[in-house]
This record gives sequence, structure tokens and C-alpha cells, in this order.
Amino acid sequence: MIQLENLTKTFETPRGVVVAADKVNMTVPTGEICVLLGPSGCGKTTALKMINRLIRPTSGRILINGEDTADRNTIELRRQIGYVIQQIGLFPNMTVEENICVVPRMLGWEAKPAKARAAELIDLVGLDPHHFLYRYPKELSGGQQQRIGVIRALAADPPVMLMDEPFGAIDPINREIIQNEFLKMQATLKKTIMFVSHDIDEAVKMGDKIAIFRGGRIEQYDTPDRILSHPVNAFVADFVGADRTLKRLRLVTAEMIADPGTPAVARGARPQEALQAAKAHGGRTVIVIDANHRPVAYATVEELSGAHGTVGDFAHPLPATVPARADLRAVVSEMFANDVMWLACTDDQGRFAGVVTQPAVTAMLGQSSGQPLTN
Amino acid sequence: MEVFWFIAGNWASIVELALEHITIVGVAVGFAIVAGVPIGIAITQNQSIANAVLYIASIIVTIPSIALFGLMIPILSTIGHGIGWLPAVIAILLYSLLPIIRNTHTAITNVDPALREAARGMGMTSMQRLTRVEIPIAVPVIMAGVRTAVVMNIGVAAIAAYIGAGGLGVLISRGISQTDPRQLITGAIAVSLLAIFADWTLLKLQKLLTPSGLTH
Ligand SMILES: Nc1ncnc2c1ncn2[C@@H]1O[C@H](COP(=O)(O)OP(=O)(O)OP(=O)(O)O)[C@@H](O)[C@H]1O
Ligand SMILES: [Mg+2]
Repeated sequence: MIQLENLTKTFETPRGVVVAADKVNMTVPTGEICVLLGPSGCGKTTALKMINRLIRPTSGRILINGEDTADRNTIELRRQIGYVIQQIGLFPNMTVEENICVVPRMLGWEAKPAKARAAELIDLVGLDPHHFLYRYPKELSGGQQQRIGVIRALAADPPVMLMDEPFGAIDPINREIIQNEFLKMQATLKKTIMFVSHDIDEAVKMGDKIAIFRGGRIEQYDTPDRILSHPVNAFVADFVGADRTLKRLRLVTAEMIADPGTPAVARGARPQEALQAAKAHGGRTVIVIDANHRPVAYATVEELSGAHGTVGDFAHPLPATVPARADLRAVVSEMFANDVMWLACTDDQGRFAGVVTQPAVTAMLGQSSGQPLTN
Repeated sequence: MEVFWFIAGNWASIVELALEHITIVGVAVGFAIVAGVPIGIAITQNQSIANAVLYIASIIVTIPSIALFGLMIPILSTIGHGIGWLPAVIAILLYSLLPIIRNTHTAITNVDPALREAARGMGMTSMQRLTRVEIPIAVPVIMAGVRTAVVMNIGVAAIAAYIGAGGLGVLISRGISQTDPRQLITGAIAVSLLAIFADWTLLKLQKLLTPSGLTH
């Protein structure tokens, strides 16, 4: 847990006093990612660097797991906090392996376990250890360097991580990939992370909580959904953008609003059975599934009533399906692309997992609390 | 042709003089490295001290070598070494300080601030930062300073023959005083070759010492 208490920093400059942090109070619970978000010069980096004492606070306290960082040996404190800087900062005179081993070695690890750890971490971010351990930073692409920068900070398994725009120097496509990788790692590692960003989309994606800064003050500290649905003032609303409602689509996955009760029948089923199932459910559509339970087609109540033969005779192929894990932005995009009002979702094995409808999406967005519908 | 026969006939003594020459420059530059690199690093902490030190070092370089030797005679006479090997070494040491201090200072100050911040943030002490990051990155530029010092001072050492320091300058000074062009030319050629050879060797050494991650 990281607690900032009345944290204040003023810089004396020739042009006067700059207040870079103004009585900042916040608590980041253990295992959560808190994103510091705001326009350039609002004090995000300053707040971050006060935590590992690269910048001395003018006043106020920082507690990590209840302990005041001012009372600790600064060098030891820093070795127990993973730090990723925006410029990546890999040491060019060291190989990738040496870079990753810096902190473990300073903490007194033997060479062997440190190297094993480096190989393990490289593997974790999907790079081949044999290929990469003995290369120098200049021999890596920007995205690869950024990954190494992140795992170097993770090397000694620090409980707390500070990340200053860690995915800043990279193209949007690779940034998305690295963000996803990182979130996957975080799901098991459960680090307590302070993450600086100036990109609202990144903040919404990465943050359990977002702190919006302006001029060294926190304007709002809340969950991404609350920030998007309930900005506390015009500044926050303006900063998160006019399309903030649409941005919330990213926060909800298809399975969270899908109706799993939509009837699914085999091709060979009789229309009567299908109609009964539809009636029991109250809908106007049945999904046709194949032998592996995969959704392949649909038929409507109108077509089936009074019909003979099998459901398969009246079925239309499904124009598209979406994974249940997909976020609603992808779902809505797929709906618009196919000009449909609903889509069938599939689970990880491709089996039918329910139906998402446009009204359900709209209802979710309209909910003032931001709590997604659960049917 | 005559020069050729002279060289052939005096090969052993020429080699001996060359070794003397190398020793004078080697010892002097060696001490200059030992003194200059730490000074160059230390002055990165304070810009006005750095300016003062670099200023003094460049003034020393502007003193003509003959004058410097002359200045040292009364001083070193008090310990019985007014002329000879010691004043030559001291003069060359003083001349070498500028390129070595200046290059060390520049190289360390030019280390990417992001690297310094990463190193600090990861919990390196200032000593660890220096030995593991800043100095390895600065090595090529420091070595370039050493090369400059060596090449420049191989010429200075030739003049030191006039104060009895020995070295290849002996051939030149004798050639002049005895109006013997063979010795004069041999001495001049030998000094130039030595300078070229030293530069080449030090360039190789510089490449060897440069961390592989920094080469292009
Ligand atoms: N060492 C310093 N001396 C004087 N002023 C400083 C110093 N460091 C930061 N500042 C000022 O403090 C304010 C906050 O700076 P900070 O670097 O924290 O901003 P930031 O939110 O990280 O911005 P960016 O998104 O551009 O990185 C700015 O006005 C900056 O000019
Ligand atoms: Mg910043």
C-alpha cells in the first residue's frame, strides 16, 4: 500500500516559485494500479519521484506499507521499488542480461539465480532468452527495449513499482500489445503500481484507479468508470474528452452484459421445440448450434411458427460472432460493421456463451452508477 | 642513402633512444591519467570549479616547452634534478593534464541524464553509478584524450633532449650541433614514426577498452 499524505513540493526557480505538488493525498491499495493522469507539467513525474526520493518532498509524508519512506535508507528503499523511466534508460554498456541483473546483484543475489531470473523474465514477455540475453540495448527494437525496461524493474520482485509513461516511446499498435502483456503479468504478480500517463485511453485501460492532476493538485481520484461517467468538474470532463461515454465501452466485456439464457438448439431440432424454448425465454430469436456447441446460425420465431421439418431448414447463417471476453468497443464495432442489432458470443473454446444486444449496450452506458447490467 | 647506412650502422642505439623516449612519455602520461581522470570526474560536481581547473590546464599548455623546462631548472635544482629525466617527465605530465581532464569531464557530463536517473532510481550508490555506468560509457572519449596527450608529447619529449632527458631528441640536437643531416633526419623520421605508431596502438587499445555495447 502506498499512502501520500499532504505531499507538497515547491521548486524555487529564477522565474519564481513553482508548486509542482500541492497537498496531495491519496492511497493506493496493495495489488492495484493507480494511474496519475494529467496535462504536461501538472506534476505527475514529481509526485512519482518523491516516492523513491529522487525528489525530496518540501512537506508531507509518503508511507509504503505503513512505513514512512523518510525514515528508511534511501538506497535500500530504491532497491525495493521497481522503477521504469519514460526514456527506458537501459545501460548501453551492459547486455540485456546484465541490465536485468543489476538490482538483484546489488541485493546480494548470486550470479546464477540472478541469471536464471533474467531468463525467466525474458520468457515471460515473449522474447527468446537464447536470442536476447546476450544482446546489447542498441541491438533491440524500441518495443523490445521497453519490455526489457519493464522486466528490469521487476527483476528483484519488488512489491511496489513506479512507472513513468513506460509505454510512451512506442507506436500505438505495439503499445497496445505491451499493455496487454503487462496486464496479464500483473494479474498474477499483483504489484502495487503508480503509473504515470498523459493518455486517457491508456489510463482507462491500465488503471484500477485514476488520479487526475492539474497544477499539482488532484482534481479527481476515482475508478476509471466513475471518472468517465461522473467527472467532478469541467476540467476533468474536458480532459477525458467529449466521447467519454463511448470510452466506457472499453471497461465492459461482452460477457458482462450478454444474455446467456437465449435458447440454443441443434440444426436437427423440430421447430416446435425451438418455439417453446423461445417462448420460455421471452425472446424472438433462437441460436442454432453445431455438434461442438458452436453458434452457427439463427432462426426467428415468425419463421418457425407453424413450420414443419427441422430448424436447420429455416436457419440463416450468423454474420459474425464475438468472443465473450471482447470489450464492448469491439462488440459495437462488429455490430455496426455487420449492420445488426445483436451478436452471439463465444467462450474460449468457441462454444455459444450468450447474446449481446444493442439495447443492452445502451442500457449499460446509460446507467449512472456505471455498474454494468447483469441480466 | 647515407641516412640509410647511418640507420643500419646505429640501429641498436636508435632503438635504445626510442625506448628512452617511450619511457619518458609513458611514465608522464601514466601519471597524468592517474591524476587527470579523477580530477576530471571530481570537477563534474561543480561547474565553476570545472571552469577554473580547465582554464589553468589550458594556460599550462600555452607555455612553450623550452620555457617550462627553463622554469623548472631553479625549482628542481633544490633537489638536485634541475635537468635530465625528471623535469622532462613533469613537463609532459603537466601538458597531458589538459586533454585528459577535459575529455574525462566532457565524457562524464555528457552521459545521458536518463541513464543517471535510471541508475539512481534503481538504488545505485554514487560510486556504483560511476564505476558501472558513467566510466564505462566515458572510456572511449577519455582514451581519445590520452591519445591526444601521447601524440602531442612525443614531440615535446624530443625537445627535452636539450635538458639532458635522453630519447630520440638526442639525434636531432646532435644533428644540429654537429651539422650532421644524417642524424637530424633519422631523429625526425624516428619521432614521427613513433608518434604514428603510438597513435595507432592507442586507437587499438581504445577499441579494446570500449564496451561492445557502445561500438557501432
Ligand atoms: N527540478 C525542477 N526545477 C524547477 N521546476 C521543476 C523541476 N522539476 C519540475 N519542475 C516544474 O514542476 C512542474 C511539474 O513538473 P513534472 O515534471 O512533475 O510534470 P509532469 O506532469 O510529469 O509533465 P510531463 O507530462 O510533461 O512529463 C512543472 O511546472 C515543471 O516545470
Ligand atoms: Mg513527466
